[in-house]
Amino acid sequence: MSGYIAYLVFFLIVALTYSIVVMGLNLQWGFTGLFNAGVVGFFAIGAYGTAVLTGPDRAELIGGFGLPFPVGVIGGMILSTLAALVVGLATLRLREEYLAISTFGIAISIQLVALNFDTLTGGAQGLTGIPRPLFATFGSPGAYNLFYLGLVATVAAVVYFGLQAALHSPWGRLLKAIREDETAAASLGKNPAMVRLQAFVLGSTLMGLAGGLYVGFIGYVSPMDFLPILTFQIWAMLIVGGSGNNRGAIVGAVGVWALWTMSGFAISRLLPVEYQSQGGAIQVIIIGLLIVLTLLFRPRGLIGEAQSVSRHVS
Amino acid sequence: MSIDALSPGGKRRSGRLDIRNAVRSFNAVRAVDGVSFSVEPGKITGLIGPNGAGKTTLFNAVAGELGVDSGEIRLDDQRIDGLPPHKVFSKGLARTFQIPRPFGGMTVLENVMLVPSAQLGERFWNTWLRPGAVAREERKNLEKARAIIEFCGLTKVERQLAGAISGGQQKLVELARALMADPAIILLDEPGAGVNPALLDTIVDRIVELNQRGMTFLVIEHNMDFIMSLCDKVVVMAAGKVIAEGLPEDVRADKTVVEAYLGGAAA
Repeated sequence: MSGYIAYLVFFLIVALTYSIVVMGLNLQWGFTGLFNAGVVGFFAIGAYGTAVLTGPDRAELIGGFGLPFPVGVIGGMILSTLAALVVGLATLRLREEYLAISTFGIAISIQLVALNFDTLTGGAQGLTGIPRPLFATFGSPGAYNLFYLGLVATVAAVVYFGLQAALHSPWGRLLKAIREDETAAASLGKNPAMVRLQAFVLGSTLMGLAGGLYVGFIGYVSPMDFLPILTFQIWAMLIVGGSGNNRGAIVGAVGVWALWTMSGFAISRLLPVEYQSQGGAIQVIIIGLLIVLTLLFRPRGLIGEAQSVSRHVS
Repeated sequence: MSIDALSPGGKRRSGRLDIRNAVRSFNAVRAVDGVSFSVEPGKITGLIGPNGAGKTTLFNAVAGELGVDSGEIRLDDQRIDGLPPHKVFSKGLARTFQIPRPFGGMTVLENVMLVPSAQLGERFWNTWLRPGAVAREERKNLEKARAIIEFCGLTKVERQLAGAISGGQQKLVELARALMADPAIILLDEPGAGVNPALLDTIVDRIVELNQRGMTFLVIEHNMDFIMSLCDKVVVMAAGKVIAEGLPEDVRADKTVVEAYLGGAAA
């Protein structure tokens, strides 16, 4: 397999993993209007949860249960769900930027716990040697990556179709009504707190799922994978792709991740060696620029929201 | 299905509203200061008074958005004070807003389709586990929503975003949403404000027809023609208190009412 195709496969695995996170955020922001600025925190909990459950036993660390990969991923999802439930209940009354500030802080706290709770998370070194599911079955890394791409694509497809069914229905209408006007929705018999909590928790569960898939592929976790920049990348993917539309979420994930990796590649090729470390900042600037330009010139994103919610009504 | 299938109160409820000594303060200001009156079932009761009299605050208190600090509110002899807005609604009390609050990013049709309580498809797992039942329920609700939308004269705009139609049409969307739940009583907050005369006629028409079918209304309105021609009874508030109540013609002749409106200049 040529190097380009191998890289494309690698790229798509990561991009589709992120697309699951973006769909989770779309549920929270695109449909329900919840400003979650702590996306990376729930992704991290899923990743660490999976790593601790499936990793090999180590004398100096808690965990390392060596459980099968699917059990690990589901465990990571459950942990993200529980964390989201706690965070969701605690922040239920916060709106807009206040919710954003709180969730942003919570994600930073989660990353700091990962960095400092050495006996569980391996601290700054992280957890290495996490078994990659069915790795031994495949002869070459190339073949394995193809398999993993199939796995991630399947999971992303299941998430996509599951969400579409749930959203293009009275439930989706309920979420949108809460996004549009909570007071009016309450005056029509809907319970805004319950709806907000559902969307927040379910979206975070998906972020945890993606975290587990990420660990299964990379084979290790470290706190450096869960810096706030990832939250903004995910936001950029959603805004560029089209908030309120899951096809947009996937397109945005692939598109923005392509831009990110290509810009990284260009920097490493074109910048003189002495500027390489500063060059990374250009990528962050590009993400910021992309968000601003999208909001200015195509505020609904590449694929905008559909007018009608329920497919039973079209 | 025609609008005849609408049943105010779902047959069990009559729509009697009793407000007893309702008090609602904002810091030192008693915006609603010991208000008591009743809305008789099947009647249209007008609530009038100068700006700042506490009418909308009373609405918000009754509908559960603000609640009351003290006093009792009963709907068909059931206490509803202290309940959150969505619970008050489920007891059979619907309300509209002074400034319309449509779900602007949703079509008129979906604004109305949202309303039915406890829809199967509002639980997301049912969309996976019982898609057939969800679809059947949607078809049923769609039929009802279409009938109500037609009744409210909104058929032409049912596919448009509710944020993109006129203010008067948005008031009709609010009425349509309220009707979708078969409420026992509807609280209308200035249904005629800022509405062009032709649409106002439509709104008045619909209220009269619904009332003839047994729907109870409590209406805040400044348009005196509207109040005088429509209401069976008028309650007048000023400075948080009820200063008069009775038949429209009696209230209009009441000296204290005239003073309250004209700031004593008529005295």
